[in-house]
Amino acid sequence: MSTWTPSELQRERIAYRRARARRSTLIAVVSSVVLIALVAVGIGSTPGWPRVRATFFDFHRGWEALPIVAQGLWLNIRVMLICAVLIVIFGMTLAIMRTLRGPIFFPLRVFAAAYTDVFRGLPLLLVIFLLGFGVPALQLRGLPNQAVIWGGAALVLTYSSYVAEVFRAGIESVHPSQRAAARSLGLTYRQTLRFVVLPQAVRRVLPPLLNDFVSLQKDSGLIAVLGVIDAIRAAQLETAEDFNFTPYVVAGLLFVALTIPLTRLTDYVARRQGWYGGGGGPV
Amino acid sequence: MSLLSLRGVRKVYGENVVLDGFDLDVDAGECVVLIGASGSGKSTLLRCVNLLETVDDGVVELAGVDITDPRVDADKVRSGIGIVFQSYNLFPHLSVLDNITLAPIRVHGVRRDVARGRALEMLERVGLADKATAKPDELSGGQQQRAAIARAMVNSPQLMLLDEVTSALDPELVGEVLDLLRELKSEGMTMLLCTHEMAFARDVADRVCFLHQGRPLEVGPPAQVLDAPHEPRTQEFLRRIRT
Repeated sequence: MSTWTPSELQRERIAYRRARARRSTLIAVVSSVVLIALVAVGIGSTPGWPRVRATFFDFHRGWEALPIVAQGLWLNIRVMLICAVLIVIFGMTLAIMRTLRGPIFFPLRVFAAAYTDVFRGLPLLLVIFLLGFGVPALQLRGLPNQAVIWGGAALVLTYSSYVAEVFRAGIESVHPSQRAAARSLGLTYRQTLRFVVLPQAVRRVLPPLLNDFVSLQKDSGLIAVLGVIDAIRAAQLETAEDFNFTPYVVAGLLFVALTIPLTRLTDYVARRQGWYGGGGGPV
Repeated sequence: MSLLSLRGVRKVYGENVVLDGFDLDVDAGECVVLIGASGSGKSTLLRCVNLLETVDDGVVELAGVDITDPRVDADKVRSGIGIVFQSYNLFPHLSVLDNITLAPIRVHGVRRDVARGRALEMLERVGLADKATAKPDELSGGQQQRAAIARAMVNSPQLMLLDEVTSALDPELVGEVLDLLRELKSEGMTMLLCTHEMAFARDVADRVCFLHQGRPLEVGPPAQVLDAPHEPRTQEFLRRIRT
């Protein structure tokens, strides 16, 4: 109501809370500055620092390497985007396969379970080697033998198993009463899954899913081992010229810059869904 | 002096004014029952008293201390108030006994064996002595709610807040919970509760308070408020829930 004006006491309380908030901000600023200064002084005073700085943090060398590394990063981004789409499709398929009911689907269930068991356990690097060097060595006709495609395939195979488990957890977290309600309305198993279960499941697992994609962005750098010139490989080539490691640092910074927006998106989605405890008041 | 005193309490959610300058006093040993339509602010009032909500204006005093002052230690205030929720809110991963001993051990620093002894005594009182090791989902609704009351009571609170504690129960289970509350009342526990059980309100309340549009519209002994209300709004509310 517009007629209400805060009482003297309430104004005092608001002022007090504001003062507390200001104090908190001040403490945060001071403690941050002190910590950063301590770290800077601590590292700067080590005997080897001038050398480390010359080898890893050479600004001019970094600036020189930036366009080449950034070009490599563009490959990472394309690999990441294409793989992400395929991973969602495969992951979802595997998750649905694993939650199918009825004896006729037994082989599908076993396949999905075995697949996730194997590919969650296998180190990604090994899968990349197997596909990247092993498949082209078979010399089968009609199969592409570009390293980037097999590297991407390895990413898709491995990450599909992670994402399948995330989806499965989401599907199983939807309360059985939801299925009962949907089936009682005459929806078929498929319709129930599509219109009732999956929408709730996907919404619920979106934050951990985005987490996996942040991780995928970084792991897309692993395909460098196949000789593909991505950001990491480009940095390596640059480094090989003069043994200055700054290009690696540049690549690292670019990866961080790439993952930060996705991380923030994850936070935003999580908060909007009340993952951080909604409706609790000041408790 | 009253144990609990609310003066001009205001609580707003966005545009919605839930409590609009609410005044109420509860004496030590008194049982005040809040009634009113859904959304009239009964639960919000209880949550404000327990500091689960921050009031937007006004004062809540417990034993003469302004607990709405932002400088007070909310955890300390809350540990002296017992609250029981409509949906029990027992911790599903803990046994009934561990639910009850959690706060005494972790908050009040009671020794484990002492806390267990006290919890068992409390379970005996609420008639659940044989359920100490059970998990909440192995109990009926009435048993869960009695366990929740035991959990709130074990800290010997000065004040008990009860938020629609029988609303989620089957009619046949309501009785066992209400019997327990009657017993607490007879032992002199100060209680502020909201309920839709008018028969219970009449039986246990020293005073009944009818909430309307964020204010206590009518306050008085149950015989007056429930049987001969002055206010037309109170009359209408009582007529509607009786039919």
